[in-house]
Amino acid sequence: MTNEVSPLTPVLTKRWLSPRSWTIGTYEQLEGYTALRKALKAHPDQLIQLCKDSGLRGRGGAGFPTGMKWGFIPQGDGKPHYLVINADEGEPGTCKDIPLMMADPHSLVEGIIITSYAIRANFAAIYVRGEALHCIRRLNAAVKEAYAAGYLGKDILGSGFDLDVVVHAGAGAYICGEETALLDSLEGRRGQPRLKPPFPATSGLYESPTVVNNVETIASVPFIVNGGSDWFRTMGRDRSPGPKIYSLSGHVTNPGQYEAPMGTTLRDLLELAGGMKDGIPLKFWTPGGSSTPLFTAEHLDVPLDFEGAAEAGSMLGTTALQIFNETVSVPWAVMKWTEFYKHESCGKCTPCREGTYWLTQILQRMVRGEGTPADIETLLDICDNVLGRSFCALGDGAVSPITSGIKYFKDEFLALCETNAVSTGKHALAGAH
Amino acid sequence: MTVAPEKSAELVVPEGHVKLTIDGLEVVAPKGELLIRTAERLGIVIPRFCDHPLLDPAGACRQCLVEVEMGGRPMPKPQASCTMTVAEGMVVKTQHTSPVADKAQQGVMELLLINHPLDCPICDKGGECPLQNQALAHGRADSRFHETKRTFPKPIPISTQVLLDRERCVLCQRCTRFSSQIAGDPFIELLERGAQQQIGIAQEKPFQSYFSGNTIQICPVGALTSAAYRFRSRPFDLVSTPSVCEHCSSGCAERTDWRRGKVMRKLAGEDPEVNEEWICDKGRFAFRYATAADRLLRPMVRDADSGQLRESSWTEALRVAAEGLAKARDEAGGVGVLAGGRLTVEDAYAYGKFARVALRTNDVDFRARPHSAEELEFLAASVVGTSPESGGVTFRQLESAPAVLCVAFEPEEEAPIVFLRLRKAARKGRTKVFHLGQWTSPAVDKTFGTLLPCVPGGEPAAIEGLFFNSGTAEAFEALSGSGSVILVGERAAEVPGLFSSVLRLAERTGAKAAWIPRRAGERGALDAGVLPNLLPGGRQVTDGTARAEVEQAWGLAAGALSAEPGRDTDAILGAAAAGELGGLLVGGVDPYDLADPELALRAIERAGFVVSLELRPSAVTERADVVLPIAPSTEKSGSYLNWEGRRREFGTTLDGTGALPDCRVLDTLAVEMDADLFTQTPAAARANLERLGATASTRRAEPPAVPAPPAPGAGEDGVLLATWHQLIDNGSLQDEEPNLAGTARTPVARLSAATAEQFGVVAGEQVTVATERGSVTLTAEPADLPDGVVWLPLNSGVSRLRRELGAGHGATVSLRPQARGGNS
Repeated sequence: MTNEVSPLTPVLTKRWLSPRSWTIGTYEQLEGYTALRKALKAHPDQLIQLCKDSGLRGRGGAGFPTGMKWGFIPQGDGKPHYLVINADEGEPGTCKDIPLMMADPHSLVEGIIITSYAIRANFAAIYVRGEALHCIRRLNAAVKEAYAAGYLGKDILGSGFDLDVVVHAGAGAYICGEETALLDSLEGRRGQPRLKPPFPATSGLYESPTVVNNVETIASVPFIVNGGSDWFRTMGRDRSPGPKIYSLSGHVTNPGQYEAPMGTTLRDLLELAGGMKDGIPLKFWTPGGSSTPLFTAEHLDVPLDFEGAAEAGSMLGTTALQIFNETVSVPWAVMKWTEFYKHESCGKCTPCREGTYWLTQILQRMVRGEGTPADIETLLDICDNVLGRSFCALGDGAVSPITSGIKYFKDEFLALCETNAVSTGKHALAGAH
Repeated sequence: MTVAPEKSAELVVPEGHVKLTIDGLEVVAPKGELLIRTAERLGIVIPRFCDHPLLDPAGACRQCLVEVEMGGRPMPKPQASCTMTVAEGMVVKTQHTSPVADKAQQGVMELLLINHPLDCPICDKGGECPLQNQALAHGRADSRFHETKRTFPKPIPISTQVLLDRERCVLCQRCTRFSSQIAGDPFIELLERGAQQQIGIAQEKPFQSYFSGNTIQICPVGALTSAAYRFRSRPFDLVSTPSVCEHCSSGCAERTDWRRGKVMRKLAGEDPEVNEEWICDKGRFAFRYATAADRLLRPMVRDADSGQLRESSWTEALRVAAEGLAKARDEAGGVGVLAGGRLTVEDAYAYGKFARVALRTNDVDFRARPHSAEELEFLAASVVGTSPESGGVTFRQLESAPAVLCVAFEPEEEAPIVFLRLRKAARKGRTKVFHLGQWTSPAVDKTFGTLLPCVPGGEPAAIEGLFFNSGTAEAFEALSGSGSVILVGERAAEVPGLFSSVLRLAERTGAKAAWIPRRAGERGALDAGVLPNLLPGGRQVTDGTARAEVEQAWGLAAGALSAEPGRDTDAILGAAAAGELGGLLVGGVDPYDLADPELALRAIERAGFVVSLELRPSAVTERADVVLPIAPSTEKSGSYLNWEGRRREFGTTLDGTGALPDCRVLDTLAVEMDADLFTQTPAAARANLERLGATASTRRAEPPAVPAPPAPGAGEDGVLLATWHQLIDNGSLQDEEPNLAGTARTPVARLSAATAEQFGVVAGEQVTVATERGSVTLTAEPADLPDGVVWLPLNSGVSRLRRELGAGHGATVSLRPQARGGNS
């Protein structure tokens, strides 16, 4: 399949630059709510099949096939079904969902209605990051407009289908982006991940079948309904089709959101973004937020889709490309990320809670110039004891920057130890012995 | 060691089971079993902290990671064996065979220890600590952690009884899960996040639970400690003796830890049929009464000259007692025996036999509380002799019952382990719990129960109307399901017609009725024949065949036993007060527990000769002619019959203290009176009782048939009193335990909003409840009581209803608001 970049015809972002793009008027002028009309005439199972055929995969990071997720919802079980939108965008570097909801909230609302119809849900919740107050206001306004226009509420467009949508503000915990922690938080409980199984598809919100999808995933749905699965597959690559919003941040000339087909490389994206800022060469970057292992300048031609990123030893994640030039110390950046994970570890399981606490202190000490080469071995061993041992993926994400940082830039970590070796030789031991 | 030459026979996989391999060993396991348990059955112990067999899986600590292969494909990550269930063909490798699992476990252990203070030498848990033990078995010899540990101020009291050291906590959540799942008391929760995550309580809201001590016991580290035991001893200095709780009729298995002749603590014993692994805080902490400074250690006799009690020798005291009792028996109208409800079966048997053989009377009753003739009939017809073996109701049956109706029974306050089973039944199974009572008490909520409200005294009418009332027909229907149970409590004796109605309901619905007394000794005393109408083994006094059996076994002349039922407690006291009884033998009865304490005190004063068998001084002591000290449960052996009729045998914990069990004292006293009881030791008493065997008589006692009275009213000016005991209250077996007392529920007066308004009572302000005899003033609290009813705890704080009001459940009392600001 092709991974050509041009011509770049925007899909998800096509309305973003229109005047007052967030209003229902603009939205309707630009094909808004036409997909909904079409969808309501179809059988829900046809929509699930359409989604499966399109090959749409979750845009929240893990890339789970969306149609398959919808298909897991047991039908005719007599229980209410729920759709929950994960808009708790909190991964460092990730900034695609909030701009989408700011610029084009109705595409999300329309996607929600179509998806709810497909999975037979009569209630949907949008769980938004609490700090994004502007976004919450805009979503609330959009939902209100949709109610007024008859797209939400009872008997939508005379179809007999009812749907209520609630915009719920989270309280600012990174862990609540984990879908089961999100569900607990939405239920009013302490946001910590749940034991799986049961999975949300059978026992999610209020122990009922629930689909949890990312904002960008659901916003893609109306386009698939209008364009069809074949059209959708003309973009991207075979196993990762469709358009994707890439968030470029850091040392680039024009940071921002760049929509491109799945599988676009950083080299192409950098071209779109005007190249590296001030011409200072690229040193390292994250393909999908800080939880995905680092890439370096060697990886400029890695196709950025689920397979491409994985084959190159990282993950696509949220396509949040944090780009760092040669002025940035890798150990320092890794320390800052690790401080974030320590702050956000929910505390439920030992490896993540204690591991991030320990890793942070070692990295801080190393950055202060008080590290030893043995600390590098300890760091890697702790990471090994956290990766795949923690309750949820937070622990896995937390060690990614460290292991990949040391993998590509071990010299920088060793260099930090040299000054120490000259000055003190050995650090004092505190407790523990 | 030799290897078996032939291949072992293929394992048979029964229906509902799967076959898997753990560390190379094939094993068959029931579907749904957790890997950690299957491994344990094979003798492979996987280290763990958060896992507990009676709590829902959490998977939080990650200590139990193992490698798992499914369908020939290894799973990419090690799996928590405490959350993963067995599957057909699964191949599991634990730390013994998998380097990956071993490293994962060592890694988690190292992480658990980085923020742990490692203060084992000063920690109560040191020596019996799962963290300490597993760190030795599965941890590194030294730590690579050179950074700064997280610290917390410590300890913080989360109740007057439980102290929390957050630095030691490994956040396994056993305590919070116990509280929310088992006890239903969510007053302890996780706070904050990450490394700052900690166990805590809401501000100004202490961890109030009758079961809080269990969290200390299941804490796998020294984070939760008890105020009573903290820093008192080291586990390896203690001698542990299996014991049985002496407080309520559940008969919990306990472990008593002691050293140098002193009990240091009690822990829950494990008995899946009875208390599983839990006990209530009263059973755990209330044991220091036995070592109170005022404990009676020497016999006393009343000095003829001074009129004061003075210490005496056993010889003198027994001689004086024997002479006095014989004289009262022969010359002054006889002696009545009040045995109390806290005896072992063996001691109770001695009281019954002493009454019949030495005192030649049926005037004997263990019921040191309000009682009725209807209750006697009920006990004789429906309770005595029932046991798990004979098909009686059991703890386990509560779990499988489709419906349970609690009648005049407040499970959490009166038999906490019954409450835990009811909650488990309702939470895990489909048991519907109904409470026939006055208000939605915490137990109603926590058993997911339905309140069937009625006025106090209106219980029989409510039961009779159960089927006809649209609001309660659901309960009737549920009770008609096979295996349903009706539990009736001690308070039923205060409501005329209630036992009869319960039996009628049981007959109509097919539900089984069970009696749950509050005190540990009542059920045993019933079966040992400590009642005016019953001889041992449920033999009726009026039954000639039964009497003949007893006469023969006891070596009495034919016809020696009276065919006439004796007086019950009230009648004994009435007769004594009227001068018709010459003497009283009182064993462990507090007059203030009786329906009419004034009558009781008058009776004891008036009785010509009073012998008291007691542990500590009481109102009887002051009026006794001879006081004989007896042993507390820790200093004797014996057995209780719990409410199921299950025998709960225990051995002596503290040997050689010189304290004598009641049966020994009575045996010697009888010898002084030329009678042989053969109860020199509990074992002898048991053997003597067992020689009686089951009766050959086929005569069955008639069940009571009291018609249900209409629901009472209190008249214009009064209200009806509803009351029951709270678990932690003024009971003398809780003396000397201030930390436990601090966890008691605050006594309040509960009444409906309408009743409050009618009497001008304001919620949160004082209200006075009075009878002609006296008054009690408490804070008023609104609750969903029927109008015209006030609820007060029976014996909590100032609310000592029998003593102050001479009133109990169903009595009419007056109600008035206490004038604001004062003592006016």
